Amino acid sequence: MRAAVGIILLAIVAVGIGLALVEVPFGAPKTEVGGYYLEHGREQTGAANAVTSVVVGYRAFDTLGEVTVLFVAALGLGAVVAASGAKGRRRNVEPASLVLRSGARLLFPLIILFGVYVFAHGHLTPGGGFQGGAVIASAFLLLYLGDRDRRISKVRRTAAESLSGVAFVIIGLLGLTVGGHYLLNFIPKGALNTLFSAGIIPLIYVAVGLKVGAELTGVIDDLVKETA
Amino acid sequence: MIVIAAVLVAVMLAAAIAAFIFRDLLSAVIASCVVSLIASILFFFLQAPDVAMAEASIGAALVTAVFVIAIRRTNRYEE
Repeated sequence: MRAAVGIILLAIVAVGIGLALVEVPFGAPKTEVGGYYLEHGREQTGAANAVTSVVVGYRAFDTLGEVTVLFVAALGLGAVVAASGAKGRRRNVEPASLVLRSGARLLFPLIILFGVYVFAHGHLTPGGGFQGGAVIASAFLLLYLGDRDRRISKVRRTAAESLSGVAFVIIGLLGLTVGGHYLLNFIPKGALNTLFSAGIIPLIYVAVGLKVGAELTGVIDDLVKETA
Repeated sequence: MIVIAAVLVAVMLAAAIAAFIFRDLLSAVIASCVVSLIASILFFFLQAPDVAMAEASIGAALVTAVFVIAIRRTNRYEE
């Protein structure tokens, strides 16, 4: 009975979405703002990567909101794990095999390097703070898999997370002081396609990369600690 | 190129159905990890390397880890 009602409701929703979208030609540009960003993004923000010119240039304030959402989610998970209480309960954990252990040790620095490359070059090549941070967190996941007793310092992790979050806000406030707009790109944009270009965009992406990396590592750390 | 994409989509569909059918939750998580991994390759084919990177590291690595940890806390087999 419940399944039948569910299927009927799902069918109604599907028909509604289908009727709403059937008139829209697939892939046709619906707004003019996209074309504007593609045309003027490079000279207005100085970022060679068009995606970054939107994410950290035109829509930098939205990115601050996204970072905040991720922060609140990680904070909530940490609170739930801390409140559930089963801390320090250790089962007999089988040590990792030799292949996994040496593989993790070998790959860890390379993955970290790749993550840093991704967020430091966010204004030049595909990727950015979120991708780089996620890559860094997956490197720490590999470290945990390779060595079950390894724990990274919580003080350093939270310090990296809070400092980079504060750095994002302070860069925005500096723009407010210098030019009267929050997150204004007040640093000279420099030559297109060079590492030190695009003004505050690389600085913000380094902060976002460190913050996302520290936060997702913290999520993994909380869960592993809880279940180990 | 289109042949490779078609094969990948077929494998992706099979993995998605397998994730739905499996009673062993650990196998189901691995199957959904395969879905994410192939989705990331397809994003790369569609010239969205930044989305591919996010999908590979979050969808395939971190989400799988979170699910595996959750299964370790609960039951491995669906009742």
